[in-house]
Amino acid sequence: MAQSETSPQDVARIYAALYLVRRAEEEVARIYPTDKIKSPVHLSIGQEAVAVGVCDALAVDDVVSGTYRGHATYLAKGGDLDTMMAELYGKATGCARGKGGSMHLIDMTHNILGSSAVVGSTIPVAAGYALALKREGRSRVVASFFGDGAVEEGVFAETLNFAALRGLPVLFVCENNGLAIHTPVSRRWAGTALCERVATYGIDTARIEDGDVFAIRDAAERALERIRSTGQPAFLECLTYRWKEHVGPGEDYDAGYRERAELLRWQARDPVRLVGERLAPDRRRQIETGIELRIAHAIAFAEASPPPAADQLLRDVHAG
Amino acid sequence: MPADPHANGAGRNLRYVDAINEALAQALGADPRVFVFGLDVDDHKGIQGSTKGLPQRFGADRVFGTPLSEEAMTGVAIGAAMAGLRPVHVHIRMDFLMLCMNQLVNMAAKSRYMYGGSVSVPLVVRAIIGKSWGQGAQHSQGLHSMFMHVPGLKVVAPSNPYDAKGCLLQAIRDDDPVIFVEHRLLYDTEAPVPEAAFTVPFGRARICRPGADITIVGISAMLPECLGAAELLAKTGIDAEVIDPISLAPLDIDTIAGSVERTRRLLVVDTAWTMCGASAEIVAAVAERLGTSGGLSLQRMGHAPATCPTSPWLETEYYPDMRKIAARAFAMARPSAAAWVPPADTGAMTRKPFRGPF
Repeated sequence: MAQSETSPQDVARIYAALYLVRRAEEEVARIYPTDKIKSPVHLSIGQEAVAVGVCDALAVDDVVSGTYRGHATYLAKGGDLDTMMAELYGKATGCARGKGGSMHLIDMTHNILGSSAVVGSTIPVAAGYALALKREGRSRVVASFFGDGAVEEGVFAETLNFAALRGLPVLFVCENNGLAIHTPVSRRWAGTALCERVATYGIDTARIEDGDVFAIRDAAERALERIRSTGQPAFLECLTYRWKEHVGPGEDYDAGYRERAELLRWQARDPVRLVGERLAPDRRRQIETGIELRIAHAIAFAEASPPPAADQLLRDVHAG
Repeated sequence: MPADPHANGAGRNLRYVDAINEALAQALGADPRVFVFGLDVDDHKGIQGSTKGLPQRFGADRVFGTPLSEEAMTGVAIGAAMAGLRPVHVHIRMDFLMLCMNQLVNMAAKSRYMYGGSVSVPLVVRAIIGKSWGQGAQHSQGLHSMFMHVPGLKVVAPSNPYDAKGCLLQAIRDDDPVIFVEHRLLYDTEAPVPEAAFTVPFGRARICRPGADITIVGISAMLPECLGAAELLAKTGIDAEVIDPISLAPLDIDTIAGSVERTRRLLVVDTAWTMCGASAEIVAAVAERLGTSGGLSLQRMGHAPATCPTSPWLETEYYPDMRKIAARAFAMARPSAAAWVPPADTGAMTRKPFRGPF
């Protein structure tokens, strides 16, 4: 862990982001059995370090693009927690007005592009957004998050090639949790040398294997510097681990496709716990209390918000 | 109702392909957000002339070719559109849109809605339907109805140079994704087209030829065939009304149903298959609107229900043409008369035959 290079402010800021994502999702899982959340939820619990590390390195006006397992990306980039929770509840005040749900979170005011339920679909969209940003000439970057399943889609290779060919400011971030739904990488990839494959497009790559949030942040910072100075895209492969089932609030270690021992290995380096332990108890409690209040507020907001009126059904099919 | 392109004396005669080119040039010139891209748009042939000269005039940042990566390029167009640009993505044949379906159906069509109005996708997808000279199975499909099916997409299919220019300028100004259906055999047809930029509104059909006995709706390249059929029918005393829907989604069912209410007969001719096609939608919508108790006669014509063959002899059987249309319309208008087919020497090609190679 790159502890020596991080200031106490860095640790506090990153802990706040990790804690927010972890606790917001734990609350989603807690509420889920009540059926108040009317949306399939794909929880990022265990994977927070990737979104938090990368987003900590991004500038406020940089852009992120995520996946249906996207709560962490959304929150780490500063997405509105109230409207996210209301979206999960299907309420009119949701970030997508109750029309997108958990898999289609968006917050354009915080430069968070909408996520997609079709694996890989947002990768070229992120590149297209980057093409527009390049034209704008303000050195803004799009960080495109996707899972290890997405790199099997043809559109991933197509987009890497185009982004390198045209010099697009994209930071490709593969959140490699080793599973596409329930199928491990070993049964899906002919070879595991993902970074080497990507490097053949002339794209700089880095692989962070231990889920260390500071290592991810440092790698992202280096990649972003390169993108802004060379104009070329970069690629990060971050190994991580999904603690929960593919979709839903529970665990599924009895299903037979993975071992609990694997979870325990990743939990031993749980960044939420490890980073929290680096803070003075008072400071830590202060951060946690503030976030608990924000989460409680978001839940109350979602519960109190009105459902969308029936006349909203046909709104926004077209712009005009 | 949109202006009659043939009655418009203000414009010079322009070919369909040149009307497309002029619309692109005017859009690129007027709006820095517009860019035109796709496989081969910047080569020496310029998409059969429709993008010729544009790279030289507007530069490689605004008009550029792409790798053969149709899905990713469609996604790139969508992302750029979400960021405020106005991409025109060009496909030299409509068949290649099958490689773009995920992005068009799951992202372009839905983004505005599923993101609660946070974004718009002002994207134009130009797609050219091929025909004849052995275009065959994968270079001649009219797949517009697949896109009509999906809420969020607009679909237009101009049949003449005037509408080609006006619809393309409208499509580029439109804030929604538009599938712009062109037809290769219309490229050489000429009509008066105003030089200044103008738009043709979507969702408004045009009555091209008024008539009292039967309503014939012709889509894209079938519209000139329907007009030819109407002339043949006139010699038998049948007065056909010919309608060009121009825009398929939104569809101006008011104008079509209003016509059928008078004529009581509707024949829809598509440059596509009839099964679940634009013709099926038009007939169904008219039947729903008018009810079936009043003795309506409703029929469709389109490509034979087979893959398009390459042999010209089989191809002739595959496509509707003005003689087949006239014969079908005659049978509808005169159900008790003996069948009539226009003589083989009438209805010769109304335009230059297409000689290829492409």
